[in-house]
Amino acid sequence: MSWKSKLTPYLLLIPTFIIIIIFIYWPAAYSFKLSFYQESFFGNRSVFVGLENFIDLFTDPEYYTVVLTSFLYSFSSVFITIFIAFLISQLLVQNIPGTRLFRLFIFAPYAISPAIAGTLWSFLLTPTVGYLNYLFLELFGINTDWLTTTPYAFIAVMLATIWKMLPFDLIFYIAGLQSIPDSLLESSMIDGANLWQRMWKIKFPLLSPITFYLFIMNFTTTMFASFGIIDIMTKGGPLGTTTTMIYKLYLDAFAFQNNGSAAAQSIIMFAIMGIITVIYFKGVEKSVHYQ
Amino acid sequence: MASSISKRNRRNLILSEITLIIISLIIMAPVLLALSMSFMKPNEVYTFPPKLFPSSLHWENYKEALQLVDLSRMLLNSAIVAFFITFGKLITGTLAGYAFANFQFKGKNLSFMLLFITLFLPAETVMILPLFLIMKQFGWINTYYALIIPFTASATNAFLMRQHFMTIPKELSDAAKIDGATSMQYFWRILLPLSKSMLGGAALINFVYAWNLYLWPLIVTMDDKMKTVQIGVKMLIDAEAANNWGTIMAGTMIALVPTLIIFFAIQNLFVKSLVSSGLKG
Repeated sequence: MSWKSKLTPYLLLIPTFIIIIIFIYWPAAYSFKLSFYQESFFGNRSVFVGLENFIDLFTDPEYYTVVLTSFLYSFSSVFITIFIAFLISQLLVQNIPGTRLFRLFIFAPYAISPAIAGTLWSFLLTPTVGYLNYLFLELFGINTDWLTTTPYAFIAVMLATIWKMLPFDLIFYIAGLQSIPDSLLESSMIDGANLWQRMWKIKFPLLSPITFYLFIMNFTTTMFASFGIIDIMTKGGPLGTTTTMIYKLYLDAFAFQNNGSAAAQSIIMFAIMGIITVIYFKGVEKSVHYQ
Repeated sequence: MASSISKRNRRNLILSEITLIIISLIIMAPVLLALSMSFMKPNEVYTFPPKLFPSSLHWENYKEALQLVDLSRMLLNSAIVAFFITFGKLITGTLAGYAFANFQFKGKNLSFMLLFITLFLPAETVMILPLFLIMKQFGWINTYYALIIPFTASATNAFLMRQHFMTIPKELSDAAKIDGATSMQYFWRILLPLSKSMLGGAALINFVYAWNLYLWPLIVTMDDKMKTVQIGVKMLIDAEAANNWGTIMAGTMIALVPTLIIFFAIQNLFVKSLVSSGLKG
């Protein structure tokens, strides 16, 4: 292909666009269509019902519980992960002997799938053989079936989520910390700032664009991609206390064959994604502005 | 005074060292304990208080896991799926990245935006139902096509490669033009060889992502022969349900070790690409 050919860039883009049109745009449009239909009571006929699927969801107190559970699970996992990651990252940039090895181990959960993470934590928390369960019994006298009792199941799912997400945040904080000029920290030391002050009054504000990025990425991970952890550990139970929006969508679509409602739920999740996107860009504009 | 500072520094250093050892152990504990249990005999599994180490390497658990569920076939499926997704993403991603980085054309902004929006439409989760119905229309349920093709292009890869290509000096493409090379010759002979480490990092991130997919393979495969190893582990748990955690953990190790080895082997490359994809794109 010559450089002058006007066709070249279009030919280069065609493979990507064929895939995303068929497997992203078409399903997205299909979701909209499905959300306005319901399966008829008998047989396989779909009936146009307008906004009824959405109205059903918005008037169903159970759906509010699911939305609330999702946000509670996401926000608490995200805040805890970011906080722990920021603390640990301080240790990993100090050039302590063996740092490379420590990083190797501490980053490892990044490569482990959510489903496997769920399996490992189920095993640690199982009443009969679980090491962590044993530890909790010895330390706090808690001996419970973590995965089937409230509120322990929710905490168990959070533990696995935080463990799985932590390396991602660490990697970004370490990169960020390494980019802070030494002179800045040295001058603050001369001014008498102690370790704790340097960490929260200087480093944390400097890294706020990274924190913001991590917050958005973690939030989407927990909202959408944590399906594996929940499916393996609790299947949304006990009593729906770990049923998040994505898990309910899956149940309605594939266990109860309620396509209309499932499609309406995915539209609601699109909307949440859209809001996150807008927040992200407003935030990025701001942080770029201040730099 | 100087010596007291260095004394304090040394104390801090030792404190940090110990803290890091403890943190590493805590974070690796789930994997290490699972590994240990995967080698325990059934009677050792249920001792109280729990034993930390197996008395001998009891390989039976691995045999049993492989027999109970066809994990070797599933490993092969996972490898095929992860390989082709990675390969596909690299091809589509480098081509699109090249178009955006090196060409001016009508509709550039529009196509960039259309691609960008897809970042916020996660196909493997939110659109799972319509995607499944489309696969049904295609007759692709229970096939590699369904497991692979929908994931062979992504905005992330295109943007990552675009970002990287833009860092390569324009003089190189100018020189290629003067020497009479076509744009594809420049792409193959100069641009790609200069991007080896970026391509390697992107390949790793994509491979781990594809190997670890769960929800999509779960719904799109009914036939055990087509399932991936992630689903195999779930089947082991369902089959064994607290009977023998040794066997379940052996199965878990089988599913986990490939990505972990790759990650341990080339962690630096991995981390570098991840950070540059996140902070620039």
